[in-house]
Amino acid sequence: MSGFLRIQQRLRLFCLLVTSCLLFINSSALQADDLSADQASETREISTQDAFAEKVQAIASASLNARGAAVAALAELNHERSDDVILALQQNNLYADRSTPPRVGIAQADGSFVNAIDGEPMDAADAEGLRRIPINNTQRSQLRSLLAQMNLSDKNPRVREQAVIRMIIDGLDESTLNLLQARQAIEASDRVQNAIKLAFAVHNMNNESPEIRKDAISVLGRSLEPIARNTLTRVAQEDSDKQVREKAEQALASIDSRIGLFRIGENVFFGLSLGSVLLLAAIGLAITFGVMGVINMAHGELMMIGAYTTWVIQQAFPDHIGYSLLMAVPAAFLVSGAIGVLMERGVIQFLYGRPLETLLATFGISLILQQAARTIFSPLNRAVVLPDWMSGSLVINPVFSITYNRLYIFIFGLLVFFALMLILKKTSLGLKVRAVSQNRAMARAVGVRANWVDALTFGLGSGIAGVAGVALSQLTNVGPNLGQAYIIDSFMVVVFGGVGNLWGTLVGAMGLGIFNKFLEPYAGAVMAKVLVLVMLILFIQKRPKGLFPQKGRAAAD
Amino acid sequence: MKLKKLAKNVGKFGIACGLTLSAFATYAADTIKVGVLHSLSGTMAISETTLKDTMLMLIEEQNKKGGLLGKKLEPVVVDPESNWPFFAVKTRELLEKEKVAAIFGCWTSVSRKSVLPVVEELNGLLFYPVQYEGEESSRNIFYTGAAPNQQAIPAVDYLMNEMKVQRWVLAGTDYVYPQTTNKILEAYLKSKGVKQEDILINYTPFGHSDWQNIVADIKRFGSTGKKTAVVSTINGDANVPFYRELANQKISAEDIPVVAFSVGEEELSGIDTAPLVGHLAAWNYFMSVEDAANDAFIKTWKSFIKNPNRVTNDPMEAHFIGFNMWVKAVEKAGTTDTDKVIDAIIGVEVPNLTGGVSKMLPNHHITKPVLIGEIQEDGQFLTVWQTEGLVPGDAWSDYLPDSKDLISDWTKPISCGNYNTKTKKCLGTAQ
Repeated sequence: MSGFLRIQQRLRLFCLLVTSCLLFINSSALQADDLSADQASETREISTQDAFAEKVQAIASASLNARGAAVAALAELNHERSDDVILALQQNNLYADRSTPPRVGIAQADGSFVNAIDGEPMDAADAEGLRRIPINNTQRSQLRSLLAQMNLSDKNPRVREQAVIRMIIDGLDESTLNLLQARQAIEASDRVQNAIKLAFAVHNMNNESPEIRKDAISVLGRSLEPIARNTLTRVAQEDSDKQVREKAEQALASIDSRIGLFRIGENVFFGLSLGSVLLLAAIGLAITFGVMGVINMAHGELMMIGAYTTWVIQQAFPDHIGYSLLMAVPAAFLVSGAIGVLMERGVIQFLYGRPLETLLATFGISLILQQAARTIFSPLNRAVVLPDWMSGSLVINPVFSITYNRLYIFIFGLLVFFALMLILKKTSLGLKVRAVSQNRAMARAVGVRANWVDALTFGLGSGIAGVAGVALSQLTNVGPNLGQAYIIDSFMVVVFGGVGNLWGTLVGAMGLGIFNKFLEPYAGAVMAKVLVLVMLILFIQKRPKGLFPQKGRAAAD
Repeated sequence: MKLKKLAKNVGKFGIACGLTLSAFATYAADTIKVGVLHSLSGTMAISETTLKDTMLMLIEEQNKKGGLLGKKLEPVVVDPESNWPFFAVKTRELLEKEKVAAIFGCWTSVSRKSVLPVVEELNGLLFYPVQYEGEESSRNIFYTGAAPNQQAIPAVDYLMNEMKVQRWVLAGTDYVYPQTTNKILEAYLKSKGVKQEDILINYTPFGHSDWQNIVADIKRFGSTGKKTAVVSTINGDANVPFYRELANQKISAEDIPVVAFSVGEEELSGIDTAPLVGHLAAWNYFMSVEDAANDAFIKTWKSFIKNPNRVTNDPMEAHFIGFNMWVKAVEKAGTTDTDKVIDAIIGVEVPNLTGGVSKMLPNHHITKPVLIGEIQEDGQFLTVWQTEGLVPGDAWSDYLPDSKDLISDWTKPISCGNYNTKTKKCLGTAQ
């Protein structure tokens, strides 16, 4: 091992020498006191420049199937601009026209083009007629492998780590191992160091000595990367040495038990995330149905309005997608809330105490709102853009990651819940709402304007539905049918949690979410939903008032 | 007794009325009526309204060319409201009341199944333009969309041979088309030596939006070192959150490509395509195909619909082919009489929009090329593979034990939709 390292060091020294020589040649060319060296390097530069131009043009004019070979040829050339061109191709920024030889340009962030061959800016006339050079998946993965070596010195440790893993997957050889060795010496990040250790371990699995293989197994056994597990699986089946096979099996078992734990963690998160969506959908209903006793079938459509509000705001501020979501929250609250107040004043106030009529009337309103959305926004779904901070995932380890949009929506759901709690418990509106819902006549007798409170309460519940719509716009389609998909779930949660009890709604939503997600792997998505409904029906038979029934005078009806 | 008499009289009156009316109609305007049976409201309106407009455009274009048999074509548009039984009611109305010469319509398989007995009973003609699961053949229906062997099987072949895929996830929405297609695909994969443990089948409800654990499962399934692909028969809305979740969990098209059978230009035009780039779709037509006929079609469509941003898609091409075939067959037969058109249309050839010539086969399916495209950022497809020549549609899959011996041939002497080549018997009533 130490001998190997020494050779490595020598190689590195040699490389350094060569680079400094090259630097010297370049600088001496600039000084122009050594004419012969100058000329030699110039002719060499011209010939590589020509070869480079030829290769770049070949990429542009190649057919889709031949493009891969052209890219490989360019990479082999190792020209200083090769990496730029390859990167541009991978990022869909490489353009060419149809002339022969084609003009090739790289699109810049500001919409202008630079010439791919010499890096000079192209003027508008030159850039005319340029079309993007399309690539397919085979080429994309080829480019990714080519770029892995380049990414090894990226600023972001995550990218470096991925580059190492990519190199392991693509298969390691002497040259990539040398690169990794060089990186290992200067690498500061633990993650990348671990990945490099993993790479050597995977490589050492082919070593002749069983001892080295065993050492490598203990490195692999600590990693959760799929490649480590796959290597171990192969070794456990194929290795010639019995002890090595046994050790590999032990390592596999320990990996599997850790993966099992993370899977439970993952399922809990999925459940909480589904629960937070249910909570957001149900929480407004917990006010209108739970506190006021109005069966509002148009609740889903109020969420739909919130989602459309998000879309309208994104359309109005196309340059501030990141902030538009934050603006959409109060806007959706106001729009849906206002429509809720209108509904209450216009229809529902005449129907208090007549649940059947309320149900039919609000169902009618829901149809009207849906059709209105179709007329105003067309029956097609609208594309709400996911801001950058909402996409991607928080990678905790290779088998456990949490998507940001779900994480934020979970936090957001809890925030909305506690804000609502605060309003109901600490504000004067909340006090009046509770008073009216407990005893309307007595509340009026002490001077509460019951009608006014009803309208505001309904507006509050509707506004929260609108806020839920903002969150849903990040998860699902914004279209006229958005509301229908959630109305059943919302009622389910409120009834399960106990009508009129906000804490019940929270526990009910999270409970149903987790229950659903733990069933899904065994029963499938369709059966899981059915089972949840069946269980809920049985539960309601046993406890008609839900998980947390209201006690005392509030429950007297 | 009295009642019966009354009914009889009313009936006579009705017939007399009808006769005078129809006589009047033929006298007033000598037209051939064409039924357009597409949902203009409800959940399917998104997809089907476009097809209604396509039919109106094709009829208008035909009338500009002088109509058919010297008469103008007159579209009769009805709205079955995405309500499956209502499709049967509207078909009856089109055939009995409007006396249309042919119907172009339906999207979902369940709506076609609902129309089938009515067109057979009243001897009408239905041109069905959408890819479907096969296992059906009716004398009165012409299937201009893809049968499974014209979409699903070539797509799997592409993944297996070109992308070297070894593990398969068959994900679909829980209804008849995905289930039948996946059954065929599973049998096909096994016939190619794929083991049961390398196939994962998953069904989700319509409009499913919480894909977290399914995508996590796919990721886990694909992390064994063998190349994995997803064959998606996920329908409609549910695709958007599905692809979004794939992107969020950092599964790129290079790692685990998804090939979809229900995602076309129209579906892509309403969504943020960034998470979909590089994923695949298999169709018989892409708007991006470079062909003179296609360019002309796109131009006509954009000016007809008065919107330069509208896209064209595969079912539109199927209507284009079906309509032209019907026109040719009527010209050949010299009449719009159903029986004569059914006989005349077999073997009719019309150019399709991808540079080939499609032909109506005796099994009432057509020949089509199969194209595999990768989704690009602009919502268009980049064709990465296509079959040599055209693939003839096969009504009965060769990979299902129940149907591998069946063929459909509506020419004499067989004249049967489900003829068993082993027992040499016609099973009768197509289903």
